[in-house]
Amino acid sequence: MIKAILVFNNYGKPRLSKFYQYFNEDMQQQIIKETFQLVSKRDDNVCNFLEGGSLIGGSDYKLIYRHYATLYFVFCVDSSESELGILDLIQVFVETLDKCFENVCELDLIFHVDKIHYILNELVMGGMVLETNMTEILSRIEEQNKLEKQEAGLAGAPSRAVSAMKNMNIPQQLKDMKLPDLPQAIKELKF
Amino acid sequence: MALKKVRGNIERMFDKNLTDLVRGIRNSKENEAKYIAQCMEEIKQELRQENIAVKATAVAKLTYLQMLGYDISWAGFNIIEVMSSSKFTYKRIGYLASSQSFHTDTDLLMLTTNMIRKDLNSQNQYDAGVALSALACFISPDLARDLANDIMTLLSSTKPYLRKKAVLMMYKVFLRFPEALRPAFPRLKDKLEDMDCGVQSAAVNVVCELARKNPKNYLSLAPVFFKLMTSSTNNWMLIKIIKLFGALTPLEPRLGKKLIEPLTNLIHRIRTDNRFTKNNSVLSNSPVNGQNKLRDISHFWRCTSAMSLLYECINTVIAVLISISSGMPNHSASIQLCVQKLRILIEDSDQNLKYLGLLAMSKILKTHPKSVQAHKDLIMICLDDKDESIRLRALDLLYGMVSKKNLMEIVKKLMVHMDKAEGTVYRDELLVKIIDICSQDNYHFITSFEWYVSVLVELARVEGMKHGPLLAHQMLDVAVRVKAIRPFAVGQMSLLLNNAHMFMQPSGGSNMANVLYAAAWICGEYANELEKPEETLFSMLTGKVHSLPGHIQAAYVQNIMKVLSIILSKGDIQQSIKVCKRVSDKLAQYVSSGDLEVQERASAALQLISYIHKELENGDADDICTQVAYLFNGELNPVAPKAQRKVQVPEGLDLDQWINEPLQSSSESEDENQSDDHSNFFNLGGFDKKEEEENISSTVEQVEENRKARLYEQENNPNYLKLNSSIDQTCDIPITSIDLPTSLNVSGFVSSDKYIKAKKEKKDKKKSKKKKKGNNHFEEEEEEEIAIEMVVNRDIGEMPDGAEDSDGAIDVQKDINDPHTALDIDLDVPEIERPPPVEEKKHKKKKKEKEKKKKSEKSKKLKKLDKSDQQLIEIKQGYEEALGICTPSKEIVQAEDLSFGKLAMDKYILLEYKIDPKNELSNSATVFFRLTNVGNNCLIKNIEIDVTNSTAIQFLDEKNEPLSWYKLNNNIQCGSLTEFDLSLRVENISIPNTLRGTLTYMAQNFQDDNFHQDKLDWRLSLAVSDMFLKAAPSVPLVELLCNGQLVYKSSIILSGTNFNQVINWFSTKLHLVLVERVGETASLYGSNASSEQLCLLVKSNLNNVSVEAKCTSQTLVNNLMNEIKSTYNL
Repeated sequence: MIKAILVFNNYGKPRLSKFYQYFNEDMQQQIIKETFQLVSKRDDNVCNFLEGGSLIGGSDYKLIYRHYATLYFVFCVDSSESELGILDLIQVFVETLDKCFENVCELDLIFHVDKIHYILNELVMGGMVLETNMTEILSRIEEQNKLEKQEAGLAGAPSRAVSAMKNMNIPQQLKDMKLPDLPQAIKELKF
Repeated sequence: MALKKVRGNIERMFDKNLTDLVRGIRNSKENEAKYIAQCMEEIKQELRQENIAVKATAVAKLTYLQMLGYDISWAGFNIIEVMSSSKFTYKRIGYLASSQSFHTDTDLLMLTTNMIRKDLNSQNQYDAGVALSALACFISPDLARDLANDIMTLLSSTKPYLRKKAVLMMYKVFLRFPEALRPAFPRLKDKLEDMDCGVQSAAVNVVCELARKNPKNYLSLAPVFFKLMTSSTNNWMLIKIIKLFGALTPLEPRLGKKLIEPLTNLIHRIRTDNRFTKNNSVLSNSPVNGQNKLRDISHFWRCTSAMSLLYECINTVIAVLISISSGMPNHSASIQLCVQKLRILIEDSDQNLKYLGLLAMSKILKTHPKSVQAHKDLIMICLDDKDESIRLRALDLLYGMVSKKNLMEIVKKLMVHMDKAEGTVYRDELLVKIIDICSQDNYHFITSFEWYVSVLVELARVEGMKHGPLLAHQMLDVAVRVKAIRPFAVGQMSLLLNNAHMFMQPSGGSNMANVLYAAAWICGEYANELEKPEETLFSMLTGKVHSLPGHIQAAYVQNIMKVLSIILSKGDIQQSIKVCKRVSDKLAQYVSSGDLEVQERASAALQLISYIHKELENGDADDICTQVAYLFNGELNPVAPKAQRKVQVPEGLDLDQWINEPLQSSSESEDENQSDDHSNFFNLGGFDKKEEEENISSTVEQVEENRKARLYEQENNPNYLKLNSSIDQTCDIPITSIDLPTSLNVSGFVSSDKYIKAKKEKKDKKKSKKKKKGNNHFEEEEEEEIAIEMVVNRDIGEMPDGAEDSDGAIDVQKDINDPHTALDIDLDVPEIERPPPVEEKKHKKKKKEKEKKKKSEKSKKLKKLDKSDQQLIEIKQGYEEALGICTPSKEIVQAEDLSFGKLAMDKYILLEYKIDPKNELSNSATVFFRLTNVGNNCLIKNIEIDVTNSTAIQFLDEKNEPLSWYKLNNNIQCGSLTEFDLSLRVENISIPNTLRGTLTYMAQNFQDDNFHQDKLDWRLSLAVSDMFLKAAPSVPLVELLCNGQLVYKSSIILSGTNFNQVINWFSTKLHLVLVERVGETASLYGSNASSEQLCLLVKSNLNNVSVEAKCTSQTLVNNLMNEIKSTYNL
């Protein structure tokens, strides 16, 4: 079983956290912090296994992680999982992200954490590995995205336009500027 | 309406979406908290709006904030609202939020039951998919109970995606609702052979998780797994299966023997020269943070998979080899193979493989130390590795590497590491390992104890360690066990005491002061070995003793007295008086100690000394000196750690009974402590400060009293040190709880042990002489000898009645909180029945049980035979007769335990059928057909069925017209099956009927792409019993028999069978309902749709079984009897 999946950057900022066992929010943050401290002080050329921290698991649990550029992908697993198998799984995860985002980088994880979650849900379910075949995973994700697009249809167009506009490099002040409420008169118009 | 929607959208455009939120947070680094608080307010506003899109955005934002550590449980209700949206987009957002913030104890979950059920049954498989993903994260016992059926239905969904998810979900259901395991298990088992590889893999995953905790219940699945292992190419699944076998083999050695060959073959096959490059370095670090591409890296993929498979194979082979201790001819060859492959892994430049290699090596070490020792060089190299994880693993292995020759060398090396190591964690680990290595097997490898003591002293001087108690324990242990070392040890210890200030530095986390405890005790106990007792005495009285922990001060006080008594015994009265005076002066500081125990002891000691002082001055020196010496007379010996546990409770003593009723709840904890004392005092447990305090808190006098009484009682029990003054004052000192495989026992006081003692002493003398000659001989030989003799002595004579030497039995106690405890269900043994409310249900259950029993018998029988692959498949086929699903709720779901019967078969196709009579139509039944493609790599299509109908028996189509030709629209893939059903009309259901037909099909062989068309004849015989309805009698059987309806009788005697078989046969094959059973007599009931009824009385005679039938119809009873006769003769 996988107990938790954490992704954080080189400074310990969480980019994705998925706990398959309940911890309250404070505890979750503490675990992320502790895991980061454990993992970050290790060189890049040492092994990818770490006997668990004190907060999560115990002697039966291991941290298995990979470090990609600015991000750490950490899986906390128990002894029923194969260590190398989990390393492979992390690789599948990252490669899937790479396919979905076309050259994934940390920014993608920052701004699309929801999508990352959806992708992860196709790999792991409730702490158990659901699928390891990347083609299968990608086609499932693709189908769900299609479903979402269908639903958005025309109604989604204006909001897409706006978000496209927002995504342009407009100075932040301008964007955070509060737009005035629509005139009350228009609002109260009866249709 | 449409305009309203547009307006909503326009407004929405300017709301902050998730991206805006993230961007906003990134832009307000200085006052992030403030910004988020502001956003929270906005979100709360948005959640109040009616537009579901706005709500969904708000919930998505909340999910992000949750990751940053903000509690979002207050929005639970809104999350549920979004989950219940009909749009997939929003639903997904809602479910994601719920999976992140809900948990088993969330109250709101009860609101979700129906919504989740709706989603599970949704037409869109992704609705069900997201629901399952989220449910897996927060399923509660209630949800598990309510949704178990729905999830179970999904197991047979047509969509592999859903089957896969449902299978995994079942595991979560089992954890929360263990009752679901039994009914769901047959289906789960079926999924192991699902046609979709993902579903298979999921099922394997679930069974592995289940079997990990309760392996014995899943042994019967071994054949299925074995087949999967030899046929599957999915590495991920193979790894799981191989891991599972690792868990199963300890329980079934035959399985191990069978496994070893394919596994070693597999190991041979996997090439180990596939190196995979580490890919973290491949990524270029561009200077702009966050812009680095996580590029798709390498081709190493396949290589690693092979490596992980190889590794798991080796692991399981090791597990197998450990479990089958002997009787394997090429046993050592396999071990050698494993060790060789592991060496390759360890030598690999890849740190991961190195680590895993060492990990696996440590498993071999336990049983085959010799094989590992050959690779000592490698392990010593790993000890110098820069990676801490690897060093720790190598340390584990060292344990088995040592011999008498190299122990000193290895320990020296470790000491060097200790100096170099920067992290305290690693240093602590090193210390523990050094002690482990040296103390293993009762110090078997130590050739010079002087050396060992100096190592311990050296270790004590390392700063900032947290294993002081362990070290102290070692010192005590060595001093107590090795008599010859005592003079040397005492010398070293008095040095430690003189330099006590070294340990008193208030360094955080260090508890090295504990060694002073050992030092004080050793100096006190063996004070006669002290060269300068006065000096040692005063080193315990001066210095900053009050800064020491309480329990150490207490030991000081006690041992000051012991040393004093030695000084007194020297008989120099003037000196003695001087010393006494000085001691009583200095002892005053202990009286004012903050620790209660210390105060107590110091006051008593002070009084005693002043008395001695007085006596000495009165000139009564000799008398008082001998009396004082009595105080500490006698020698302490180690007690077996289990001795206390083994003592039989005297008759009439109830340990659970209150001696004094507890006065109030607050005193309860105190009382518990007292009962603990019972074991603590004599087990002489730990150095825990807390424990010490607890002991003191239960009033000292009372404990003292209790102890006296108890000691008096146990005086004759050799498991205890004999009562004697020295114990009275020293047994508070926890010294001798030693967890060694063979422990020393009490000697010296039991008369029968006298000669041992004598022998020991003689030996000691001999040894010490040898030592003086410089011949370094070993004490441990003597130690061992004594140990063995002692253990034997205890085992035969002194083990209390009824106390088995159940090593470890106590430790195996399962954690009650572990949900797996509830899942420890033996799936081969029928359920223990609770009286069900409906009688009918009971019968069905019984029938099922019997079938289950039969099956397990069958599989057992098969197991006895040498398992060839063929038979394994046979067993597997046995499982295919799907057991009914018994739902935990009251409704009975198609609990049809009819199995399919074979109708026709050739090398491509298998046709099976089963008949289910329809209640409502008097002479109809549904015939279920099942077609299985049993061919080798071929596709079967164009399947048609032709029937020769007659008026007596015919198939019907939807319009109730006779049907003579039926075409199957779908094709059957290799290894899969398809099912369809036809309705059947029979003119007279009281007589047996036969229906003939043919099956035509075309098989396309993929191997040579040939088409093969064939025709199969089949003959369906419909016995009268096939048309029996499985219903209980509407009126009680007695009434039925009395009212004169059952006029036609018939009877038969079946010889050469037994009662149970007959009953079993009647209820499963003849579809009769068991109404009542008293001992070897039973009554059964059958009825058919023509409302004919039948009663059977089955009685067991000496070597035969008599069957009497009464029926409403002559034909029916006659035909049934004929049927019984004909099947019986078969």
